[in-house]
Amino acid sequence: MTGNQKIISSTKSAKLLLLQMRAYLALILVVAVFAALSPTFLTTSNLVIMAKQVAINAILGIGMTYVILSAGIDLSVGSIAGLSGMVAGWLLTEGLLLPMFGVSIFFNVWVVILIALMTGAFVGAINGFLITKLNVAPFIATLGMLYVARGCAMLISGGSTFPNLAGRESLGNTGFLVLGNEIFLGLPLPIWLMIALTIIGTIIARKTAFGRHVYAVGGNEESAKFTGIRVNRIKTLTYVISGVCAALVGLIIASQLGAAHPATGEMYELNAIAVVVLGGTSLFGGRGTITGTIIGAFVIGVLENGMVLIGMSEFWQIVVKGLVIILAVVVDQWQQKIQHQTLAESA
Amino acid sequence: MANSEISNHTEPMTVSEKPVLSAREVTKKYPGTVALDNVDLDIYPGKVNVILGENGAGKSTLMKIFAGVEKPTNGSLILDGEPVRINSPGKALENGIGIIYQELTVCPNLSVTENIFLAREIKNRFGVVNQKKQRNISAETLKKLEQPINPDMPVSQLRVGQQQLVEIARSLKDNVRILIMDEPTSALSSKETSILKEIISDLTSQGVAVIYISHKLDECLEIGDRFAVLRDGKLVAQAERKDASLSWIIKHMAGKNPDELYPETDHKTGKAMLKAENLCLPRTEGEGYLVDHASFTLHSGEITGIYGLMGAGRTELLESLFGLHKLATGSLFLDGKAIDGFTIDERIENGLMLIPEDRQKQGLIQTLSVAENMTLSSLKSYQKSGFISNKLEKIAVNDYIKKLLIRLSDPGQPVVTLSGGNQQKVVIAKCMLTNPKVLMMDEPTRGVDVGAKYDIFKIMSDFAARDTSVLFTSSELREIMEMSDRVLVLARGKITADLRGQDITEKAILDACVIRNKEEKRKSA
Ligand SMILES: Nc1ncnc2c1ncn2[C@@H]1O[C@H](COP(=O)(O)OP(=O)(O)OP(=O)(O)O)[C@@H](O)[C@H]1O
Ligand SMILES: [Mg+2]
Repeated sequence: MTGNQKIISSTKSAKLLLLQMRAYLALILVVAVFAALSPTFLTTSNLVIMAKQVAINAILGIGMTYVILSAGIDLSVGSIAGLSGMVAGWLLTEGLLLPMFGVSIFFNVWVVILIALMTGAFVGAINGFLITKLNVAPFIATLGMLYVARGCAMLISGGSTFPNLAGRESLGNTGFLVLGNEIFLGLPLPIWLMIALTIIGTIIARKTAFGRHVYAVGGNEESAKFTGIRVNRIKTLTYVISGVCAALVGLIIASQLGAAHPATGEMYELNAIAVVVLGGTSLFGGRGTITGTIIGAFVIGVLENGMVLIGMSEFWQIVVKGLVIILAVVVDQWQQKIQHQTLAESA
Repeated sequence: MANSEISNHTEPMTVSEKPVLSAREVTKKYPGTVALDNVDLDIYPGKVNVILGENGAGKSTLMKIFAGVEKPTNGSLILDGEPVRINSPGKALENGIGIIYQELTVCPNLSVTENIFLAREIKNRFGVVNQKKQRNISAETLKKLEQPINPDMPVSQLRVGQQQLVEIARSLKDNVRILIMDEPTSALSSKETSILKEIISDLTSQGVAVIYISHKLDECLEIGDRFAVLRDGKLVAQAERKDASLSWIIKHMAGKNPDELYPETDHKTGKAMLKAENLCLPRTEGEGYLVDHASFTLHSGEITGIYGLMGAGRTELLESLFGLHKLATGSLFLDGKAIDGFTIDERIENGLMLIPEDRQKQGLIQTLSVAENMTLSSLKSYQKSGFISNKLEKIAVNDYIKKLLIRLSDPGQPVVTLSGGNQQKVVIAKCMLTNPKVLMMDEPTRGVDVGAKYDIFKIMSDFAARDTSVLFTSSELREIMEMSDRVLVLARGKITADLRGQDITEKAILDACVIRNKEEKRKSA
């Protein structure tokens, strides 16, 4: 290789490095911009508010990453979040009514949380059933479920709010508010949950047979079948995971507010898909990472928070967010191209 | 044969005509590989220009450069004596260059006609497609190919061989001057192959330059006019028909002695490994069976070959054994255990494995790396307390890369960057890593070079020697006869012959292939 070529290659590989780090760079960039434009951006209280919002998108995004890796899509996550919050609110305030005995039983907070999460898992399992057994396209199945789950959330209370989720000492069901608000080692609990789920999610994706199978199903379903992978089971499980993550988000929001609204989580599915795509996961399935999704969640979170702080018009905020998502995908294509060229030259 | 060898780019051979297309000092680099290294090659009109080489030698890469799909890293192309830049498939077609790719590129959801005219639809000036004209042309082209295929049928309903013919029809209707065929016959039956040969001789007599790539060397020798051998991306030898022979080809391709085409098979028949009773697979449309009451017992230590004409039900038989068809009935015993109701993963767990016919659709996960593809069926063996151990995985992967001589730069590279034959080896490795008791191989040597064929046969033979039972299909009669301890012949889903030892003769096999036709004729008469 001549010296001249070397220079070309090294600028190319520098470019490539920048591109590979782009999610991080974008994050640093938006943080720097908003820190410069708004004096309140870097204050602890703002960062905590922002991080809480990030945690919500990130947790939804982790579940959504599995679904998208397996070449599916889950539009029902926002509604599942709403439903799970309402289930928790109902169990905490009214208890489970047993008509034959005429009594209501109240559960311990842990049990309430478990039931709410299982609700999410159950809805996810139905999504999986519709998609794998009844051959409904994922987009349609989960779009339907978006309405069904939302409707059920409203049916629970007749459309009204459960305004007080603090619980009563006498019923032994206090403590629900800890989930969304408790500060542990200086950070709110939802952020710890996000961190824990990121680690678990990454390990599952990279180090377990299930994770490998998810990538395989998304990459080529027919081959996966010949390989002995239980395609239907893997797909269903991804929707169950997504449902559980969504239910957890519903619980966190209800806990943060101290109240359960049936409309909680509307449009959250779009944010969840956006962070996954921003994080470099292919909507065709088979390619992507959990850590990418987390970075994506931070980029969106900082952007949303920062735009509010600098007083940008709400309408422009929406436009900017859309542009950023499109840009992310364009840059992703660009990287793959340059990657190929650079490697070729070094061959 | 002395004059057949030329050093890389010295005197061109004495040919009266002028080349229509030439590659000059063409080099192509990929991540970690030099796929083509300074190649000078001339393509002559009215000739069948055969290009030979091992898997990964760079044949397909050179063709992709001719067809404008890939750009050379270095070097140039010369068309009719003038330098040209062919930087897109459209440009190639403008210059009269058509290509039939090694891997199928048909869209299964579209009809035969739509596929034939894909991206080249006949449109009126408002952009509306002229369906009728398209349909007529495709019907005509299919007739030329002697194919009773309905032009309106979705391609997904065709057999792989027929899909390949649709691909061929697509290029034929373009009236090209240079037609590249990258392993066109790998999925064709012998009858379809002979039709193709006729078409090729038609084309050459009209002055079309045919570039022909195949690992079926007999076929190449039969139809080729000029031969060029690539090795490791370099052009190592050229010859004209009179100088080329099987031993010449093999010598230059791999440096192997052609006597070693098939390994010794001398196996001891052991106990019953797989017992099938009345295996049936009804047709989804119409009466009758795809697999018709097949009963047989496979023994350990034996290689059983299944032969039959296209559509005889070979693939369906293997797939039914593997549990891929819900409608299949009959009882199955694997090593004494009833496995009828088992799912595919349970069958694999119990020691049954299938190497599928179509590596792109059924064998590989294109988004994963070579290593990840190889270990996908046997992940359980590399787990430590539920987590995959990279170390154990790596050991297994490297072991099989060596055993199967898979040519790659890094096990972590995407599997799609391997050459066709090496991709096939990855699928084989995946299946072998499950340590099967009964290994079923559906056309395992499809698209694999002579050297690798030998390697695969050797592995089959070793597997049998380890008390495994091997069941394989091949559309090449010679392979079946050389490799099998026992041959089952299928005709229209029924087993019409079960031959061993001395009884395995070409005549016995071919007679059994058509037995049913005769029977039925007699019945209807
Ligand atoms: N897109 C790519 N990226 C990286 N390497 C590639 C790519 N395409 C081909 N190669 C490499 O280039 C070499 C030549 O491949 P090519 O497909 O031309 O082989 P071939 O002679 O057609 O083999 P086969 O007989 O198996 O089809 C191989 O080593 C292959 O791994
Ligand atoms: Mg090839």
